[in-house]
Amino acid sequence: MADLITPDLVDLDLSATERGEATKSLAQRLQAAGRVTDLDQFLADVRAREAQMATGIEGGIGIPHCRSVAVTEPTLAFGRSAKGIDWGAADGPAHLIFLIAAPEGGGAEHMGILAKLARKLIHASFRDSLHQAPDPEAVVSIVKKEVLGQ
Amino acid sequence: MKIVAVTSCPTGIAHTYMAAEALEQAAKEAGHDIKVETQGAAGAEAVADADIAGADAVVFAADVEVRNRERFAGKPLVQTSVKRAINDAAGLIAEAEAAARTGGAGGVLEGAAAAGREEAAMETASRPETKVNQGAGLGTRLRQWLMTGVSYMIPFVAAGGILIALSFVFGGAEVANKVNGGTFEGVTYEKITDFSKLVSQAGWPGLMFFVGATAFSMLVPILAGFIAFAMADRLGLVPGIVGGLIANAIGAGFLGGLIAGLLAGAIVLLINRVKVPKGMRGVMPVVVIPLLSTLVVGILMLVVLGQPIAAVSRGLTSWLNGLSGSNAVVLGVLLGLMMGFDMGGPVNKVAYAFGLAGLASGNLKVMAAVMAAGMTPPLGLALASVVRKGLFTKAEREAGEAAWLLGASFITEGALPFAAADPLRVIPSSMLGSAVTGGLVMGFGNTSRAPHGGVLVIGLISKPLLYVLAILIGTVVTAASVIILKAAGRRESVDVEPAASRQATAS
Repeated sequence: MADLITPDLVDLDLSATERGEATKSLAQRLQAAGRVTDLDQFLADVRAREAQMATGIEGGIGIPHCRSVAVTEPTLAFGRSAKGIDWGAADGPAHLIFLIAAPEGGGAEHMGILAKLARKLIHASFRDSLHQAPDPEAVVSIVKKEVLGQ
Repeated sequence: MKIVAVTSCPTGIAHTYMAAEALEQAAKEAGHDIKVETQGAAGAEAVADADIAGADAVVFAADVEVRNRERFAGKPLVQTSVKRAINDAAGLIAEAEAAARTGGAGGVLEGAAAAGREEAAMETASRPETKVNQGAGLGTRLRQWLMTGVSYMIPFVAAGGILIALSFVFGGAEVANKVNGGTFEGVTYEKITDFSKLVSQAGWPGLMFFVGATAFSMLVPILAGFIAFAMADRLGLVPGIVGGLIANAIGAGFLGGLIAGLLAGAIVLLINRVKVPKGMRGVMPVVVIPLLSTLVVGILMLVVLGQPIAAVSRGLTSWLNGLSGSNAVVLGVLLGLMMGFDMGGPVNKVAYAFGLAGLASGNLKVMAAVMAAGMTPPLGLALASVVRKGLFTKAEREAGEAAWLLGASFITEGALPFAAADPLRVIPSSMLGSAVTGGLVMGFGNTSRAPHGGVLVIGLISKPLLYVLAILIGTVVTAASVIILKAAGRRESVDVEPAASRQATAS
């Protein structure tokens, strides 16, 4: 199984100011890494999920996500925005963006990893360490350590 | 405190698990035990039935329908969105505490759980270790399938039945003919074909009639569809609903719907068993199973089974309509015994479904008897708990206060707290009162156009004064009977209560 996240899937200085833009720029990283085969399809799937209910949650987090046929491996792309981007949460904009891509019909093992990731997002310590991570490599090692126990 | 929870979201990869984690953290901080079932993409590990049985409260944090929610039936419930659980898990846990304390007034009461709820409430009350789902015998599962269908059908009965009834109240008996055409008391009406003229020709009551009749026309399809759904999940819906529509079309009615639903579910399950090459697996649920199962159900219903079922259905209906005099009273007594036996449990549900079947086929008397007989157990016990306070515990007296309202609204489950505490004395009393009321209502010949509602729909019941009288008599019978039985019980066992010990000395 490919890595859940790699340094080139991390953008610690998201320039986008709007949800769609930010999602697209992270999705392009997924595409460049070969994790997403069809960018338009993938973005449409994410938008469809977002339209059901905004995925922003309190504490400055946005978690756009979808299961899509355009996804090859369960993958996380991570973006950080100092200014914050409105993600539909009641308490203000999101500073940490987790774009979670799941393959359609992924096996239990795949989905189990994403489930662990989602559980970690709740923990303030996990969020804090991502806020403070100095570079993409640090983000990757935090995620690997916390989610995969590596 | 012990809590069980289910989290579920549309995609099943993020919020489901975040909510689970948040709830687990919050419960831990508040010092509670919690077991969370994540109904997400990684597959759900079901909460054990024993955990559910031992739980003080249930939390559903779900944006999509909780699967198999009937397992949690009868438990105090807090239901919310998955996001709320993530953002405010601590608040949610506090609500769960409150629900557990108050017994969750309005607990797992609504929607899909309606069927399983009473059943499980009974079963958890009498036998904590139930095997409701896994490994249940065919009979149990059959009952659960049927009851799932019935529970999805009830809102259609309620909406359609009450609308039709109200249309008669406001529009007079000719309203049906105004909409459907035909002659009523010498006046001939034309069938309305241009619906832009519905209101101008038949008035607002005509519109209510039409809307109600439309809802009613979905009874059998919904029943069949959701029986199949209970058996084979969403793949069962298509063949089930289509089978139900065919049952409607060929006049096989309620019975046809039951059979169509069971057939549809069984066929989908059978097709699912066929091993197909990996490449085919993707198209099986999307194309092959819906196509094949629907065609097979259609053929069976139209060519093989439809006519015999329609014949039986007609026979049953004419038998019901032909019942009169002492036969009708016997039926009323029998239905009353069933309604009073398990107070919202499976036997009660069978009697209720019989009432619905009568309503759907135009016999309004059975429904009236069933409803009245379902009202007396809580009312009778409430009365007893007021008249002879000393025979009841504090908790029972509190349950008695709620039971007035529950009974008056035809929620037989209001008697459950009493039955759970003392089944041997309460159940016979409840059956006796219900039987008296059921027999009286059939004898008086009351009719009810409403499938539910108790005193709230008294306007839709014929001869309302006699109806209320029948209910009052049954209420008093139940109250008197339970008081006598409980007082006798007290005398046998040496009790700490002064009054009872005096009696013990005296006797």
